[in-house]
Amino acid sequence: MTDTQPQSHPRGDDGRRLTPKERMTNLGIDVVLFTFGLLMILPLVLLVANAFKTPQEMLSWPPTIIPSNPTLDNFSAVLAETPLLTWIFNSLAFALCSAVAILITSTIAGYVLAKFPSKTMGAIFAVILATAIVPFEVYMIPLYFAAQSLGILNSLWGLLLGYLVMSFGIFLIRQNVIQTIPDELLEAARIDGAGEIWIFIRIVLPLLRGALGALFVLAFFQAWTAFAWPLIVATTSSSYTIEVGLALFQTGFTVDLGRLSAASAIVLVPSVVLFLILRKNFVQGMASTGLKE
Amino acid sequence: MRIRKRWLFSLLAILPVLAIFTYVRIIPIGEILRLSLHKWDILSRNKPFIGFANFIELTRDRLFHEALINTAIIAFGVLIITVPLGIALAALIHHRVKSRFSSFYETSVFIPHVVSLVPAAMAWKWIFDARLGPLNAFLSMFGVQPQAWLFDPVLSIICIIVLCSWQALGYAVLIYLVGFKTLPESLYEAARLDGATGLQSFWFLSVPMLKPISLYVSVVTLVSAFNVYAQVYVLASDAQGAPGRQVRVMVLDMLENSFRNYRVGYAASEAVVLLLIVLILTYVQFSLLRDRRTK
Repeated sequence: MTDTQPQSHPRGDDGRRLTPKERMTNLGIDVVLFTFGLLMILPLVLLVANAFKTPQEMLSWPPTIIPSNPTLDNFSAVLAETPLLTWIFNSLAFALCSAVAILITSTIAGYVLAKFPSKTMGAIFAVILATAIVPFEVYMIPLYFAAQSLGILNSLWGLLLGYLVMSFGIFLIRQNVIQTIPDELLEAARIDGAGEIWIFIRIVLPLLRGALGALFVLAFFQAWTAFAWPLIVATTSSSYTIEVGLALFQTGFTVDLGRLSAASAIVLVPSVVLFLILRKNFVQGMASTGLKE
Repeated sequence: MRIRKRWLFSLLAILPVLAIFTYVRIIPIGEILRLSLHKWDILSRNKPFIGFANFIELTRDRLFHEALINTAIIAFGVLIITVPLGIALAALIHHRVKSRFSSFYETSVFIPHVVSLVPAAMAWKWIFDARLGPLNAFLSMFGVQPQAWLFDPVLSIICIIVLCSWQALGYAVLIYLVGFKTLPESLYEAARLDGATGLQSFWFLSVPMLKPISLYVSVVTLVSAFNVYAQVYVLASDAQGAPGRQVRVMVLDMLENSFRNYRVGYAASEAVVLLLIVLILTYVQFSLLRDRRTK
């Protein structure tokens, strides 16, 4: 058997057969990683499970992962008591618009900074890079007063004001343009009489598809999970994002664990599913943040 | 002619973006620096220039000291958990990259980093809950007395460190995994032929070669932990009428001064201190990197 099917043996990276000791080590590592992975997601799994439990079962030890008496009471209670769906809609609109805005600003700036080099552009890029290290929390207060003077507090526009540009996005697109779009390609199009706008839309954008996908996902999740900015900008119940709405809802006197868990589950499950679908894009985008310096 | 047209295009394209960028980034950053030198209480119309008086007051502000110390403890606590655990996990995941579960390993560690902060924090709030939480129930099996995790001044900070590390770990692992992929395979092969164990290769090859990545991950972790806010907000706010103990952190103190006490100029000076901390951390990272290159 083993002679005819040599592939079935576990092999190392160099293709040699693993010794029994090495196989035991690998098995041990698998057990460690598997257990650790389960522990990492356990809090979230339990939270979702709690959403389907009756108050009695929630107190039971050890906590059950599959409720013995599943109920939807928590969900109907929380949907009746809070404008949860409005908050989710606000977050969704905010995250989508922010991602689109960041995509547009980053693509234009990244392309121009990469392909039209001059002293001015170099200076602009230096300023963008320099501001990239300043955390949002540092200049959030003046930005709040800017939103106030524009009269856009408690609105989608107010939320968006803080999330229209992303220094890292401009940097990411610029790197991608430099790496993937040769000058000769653009020159050839120009000699054929193509206008600059046509070149940007028909040649540059399609070549940047991968980077644009990664940036979109990154920007979407950044806005979806934003907290401090929506907390100060959106202060009416109808303008809350889901993060702010939930954080304030949980401070209520009548709130119990079941309803909190149900509300959390409604938010968590779609975002985890979305993440699993877009995992490749996301990881690519996140990983490239590490190459900043 | 064509050169002029191209120049015009590049200018017209970047100007709107630059205008937005200036309005939402450069001006607010300039404003925070300017406001920190002024006394501005939202209600009053004038903002007199008061030099460094805000900063001098910060050195005597007990609440600000508490916030600074708490934030520093949380940031370094998250650092010493996340970075060693991150590099070790990444080494193991990289070693087992051909395992059929490798994408599960990666995804499960990464999920806490992407899910919404507030629901995730609520899961931990329940775990830490003194009466209903599974942590106390679990510990009681070993005869440990129930602890008031979120009310005790020391334990509540530990809870925040655990929550923040749980979230930060995925990013560290991801960046380390990218780093491991760049390391030359042949070097490990040579080490193995010389009789080095996996642990020795990790300690004497991977760790030194990944030093630039470790520096980067450390600084990113520290900077984001210095801006901790949502986690504190959720864990410490009251649920079911039982107020949690407020762990004062810098962003919280700053927002409180600005929006509850209406002392915007003073809050701006706190923001400037936060900025200085970030700049110092970034400077340390770059100078350590340069030392390494010149050696």
